Amino acid sequence: MTALRKLSFDAIVIGGGGAGMRASLQMAQSGFKTACLSKVFPTRSHTVSAQGGITCAIASADPHDDWRWHMYDTVKGSDYIGDQDAIEYMCSVGPQAVFELEHMGLPFSRFDNGRIYQRPFGGQSKDYGNGGQAARTCAAADRTGHALLHTLYQTNLKNETTFLNEWFAVDLVRNQSGDVVGVVAIEIETGEVAFVESKATVLATGGAGRIYASTTNAHINTGDGIGMALRAGYAMQDMEMWQFHPTGIYGAGTLVTEGCRGEGGYLINKDGERFMERYAPNAKDLAGRDVVARSMMTEILEGRGCGDSGDHVYLKLDHLGKEIVHSRLPGVTELSKTFAHVDPAVKPIPVVPTCHYMMGGIPTNVNGQAITQIDGKDQIIPGLYACGEAACVSVHGANRLGGNSLLDLVVFGRAAGIFIQEQLQQGIEYAAASADDVDHAVARMNTLNSNEKGEDTSTLKKELQSCMQNYFGVFRDGEYMKKGREELNVMRERIANIAIEDKSKAFNTARMEALELQNLFEVAEATAIAADERTESRGAHSRRDFPERDDKNWLCHSLYHPDSKKLTRRDVNFSPNTVETFQPKVRTY
Amino acid sequence: MLLSIYRYNPETDSEPYMQDEEVSLIAEKDLMVLDVLNLIKEKDQSLSYRRSCREGVCGSDGVNMNGTNGLACITPISEVVTNGKLVVRPLPGLPVIRDLVVDMSIFYKQYQRIKPYLQNSSPTGGHERLQSPEDRAKLDGLYECILCACCSTSCPSFWWNPEKFVGPSGLLQAYRFLADSRDEAMGTRLAELDDPFSVFRCRGIMNCVSVCPKGLNPTKAIGHIRDMLLSRAT
Repeated sequence: MTALRKLSFDAIVIGGGGAGMRASLQMAQSGFKTACLSKVFPTRSHTVSAQGGITCAIASADPHDDWRWHMYDTVKGSDYIGDQDAIEYMCSVGPQAVFELEHMGLPFSRFDNGRIYQRPFGGQSKDYGNGGQAARTCAAADRTGHALLHTLYQTNLKNETTFLNEWFAVDLVRNQSGDVVGVVAIEIETGEVAFVESKATVLATGGAGRIYASTTNAHINTGDGIGMALRAGYAMQDMEMWQFHPTGIYGAGTLVTEGCRGEGGYLINKDGERFMERYAPNAKDLAGRDVVARSMMTEILEGRGCGDSGDHVYLKLDHLGKEIVHSRLPGVTELSKTFAHVDPAVKPIPVVPTCHYMMGGIPTNVNGQAITQIDGKDQIIPGLYACGEAACVSVHGANRLGGNSLLDLVVFGRAAGIFIQEQLQQGIEYAAASADDVDHAVARMNTLNSNEKGEDTSTLKKELQSCMQNYFGVFRDGEYMKKGREELNVMRERIANIAIEDKSKAFNTARMEALELQNLFEVAEATAIAADERTESRGAHSRRDFPERDDKNWLCHSLYHPDSKKLTRRDVNFSPNTVETFQPKVRTY
Repeated sequence: MLLSIYRYNPETDSEPYMQDEEVSLIAEKDLMVLDVLNLIKEKDQSLSYRRSCREGVCGSDGVNMNGTNGLACITPISEVVTNGKLVVRPLPGLPVIRDLVVDMSIFYKQYQRIKPYLQNSSPTGGHERLQSPEDRAKLDGLYECILCACCSTSCPSFWWNPEKFVGPSGLLQAYRFLADSRDEAMGTRLAELDDPFSVFRCRGIMNCVSVCPKGLNPTKAIGHIRDMLLSRAT
């Protein structure tokens, strides 16, 4: 038995990104004892890298804009497996959530009339696809994520949220009835381990793009919340759905925003041809991200790629003129100079589709309550919540639209906060965790600490990342995925047997990286199995052996069960409350 | 290239020391300093440093490279190496926790002290507050701060009075709210800065300006605050 220090809160949020801090803000404002626990200082979270903006029908660029049009675009973008009740909630509540951000001080760019600036983004339309391109993405230059994250941190300071900064959550603690009653976490600076007890535990741990070798994601995006939930035996939804962003900078993987194309930039192949005109005659470069990424890969695979190896294409912006490029896309200009050594106002940026976003995650309802399935029936997991990229509510389905992730995280961070606050007001009582329950959550770390000899973290991480990159990328094929799954099977045991030489306590990043790699592995395995078993092509999931969408069998979520390693199906919600259902159609742009 | 890294583990080292590593660089690839630290860490896991976005927007990996503060992830080796040598140390002036990781508490405390949030209690109606593009443009060069602490830890005035002098980063943020047409707390904000130390310890050395990885100009912002304080006094 381990005697651990215990900290107690009404609510604890794991993750200090946009979703986590929006949730903690809501609860702190209600006066409940709330802590936000983050493995990095909150403004270092990956939300900071979001560039282009937050998509929302605030009717600024177009006074007639309508959240229902945004809903239509999002449903279509999801390739019809986004839950329509959740999308309805996000698009209709969105304007209020965005105005709140402005009231908190977010320095949005402005139109001449003083309203929030909005730019066109991919997959946006007016009048349910009949009115042409919309401009619906609210922006603070091309640093919207930075502005949003700092504003949320500042407003949390104002409301005196307790921050546990540079604390790393290891595993969920559950009592004898199976209620989630907190987490075991390490204070990184001292290495001290604590049981952080709470009546509501919110996983807002973001994505896990680091399962791939090439990703726009930060080093910290290791799917810690997904790993914790999978180890607890909870099912994960739609884990095969990974977005590859069309414009990662070639070689570096850093993102340049879709806003580049929103502002009038376009992609060209080695012949200088604007090839998206062939693939998406109407929306062209502003088609859905899955469509653009596949078109780029097709150009490259068919020998029309740029550069000596023909393995990328160009994003052309110079025709927009220096003034537009430098004033509306200052961050992109900086990144492009640093990582591609070109000024985009002069020369095109070499780009390639790069892993960007996890559409799948912990299934939740619109209140952020985590759901698992037992015998085919939805069950709410008592005490556990999720929001943001870690969650799958699901508003993105098989493909997320640009600008919808920031909206997702503020709307559902807020919704989870509101719901938990109501629950706390009504009173939540769970049985306390026993010493054994806590020990259970410390076990993984104890094994790591006691291993004297074993596998090396960085070697294994590279193997994992190249396996995922090779077998589970933009285009997938059953034969290759089988191989990938076999490699992963072998890797599982090795990953459980990592040893760290450095056993010291103070700011031991080797320990943390080993624990992170174990989380990455859980995510990767769920992805591999779900991708192999969804035998169709839909949204971002594109199979050569099953090139067509199969609505008869797969107009549904996939649900991966970690204990049996089996995939089951879960119904998509087609019952919005205030509008007619959007029926599945052939998806073209 | 000879890489010399500051090492200190409070549990095993009685005092800090410099670890020298010969690093062979691939000629055609200009690595960032962070890439090189990552290469070292693959061989020696015990090296500790902070890192997150690796693209210069999160502010995690501020370090001192050959005497100059900057972000390891966006500093190409070719820009900092002199005579085949690169010395990497933690940001100066803050307590070292371990290796390149410094305790930033005092830096964050000064940030918090300037009340870095919009203060406006007027009713908003059901939509956003309006702001003209001209008024919004006044925030450019201010709101982009990433709290990396490169500026404040290069500032001698901050080294000497970290408890009393807000420092360039905090003051840049202070001006970001003073300059925001939506903020209603200018009077109290200025009153809270009006003492001999908070602002006036800035001696215009301008180290902050030369090291800011985002190209921001804290000295200019401090100048504006001085002007506001002085005209308030008269």
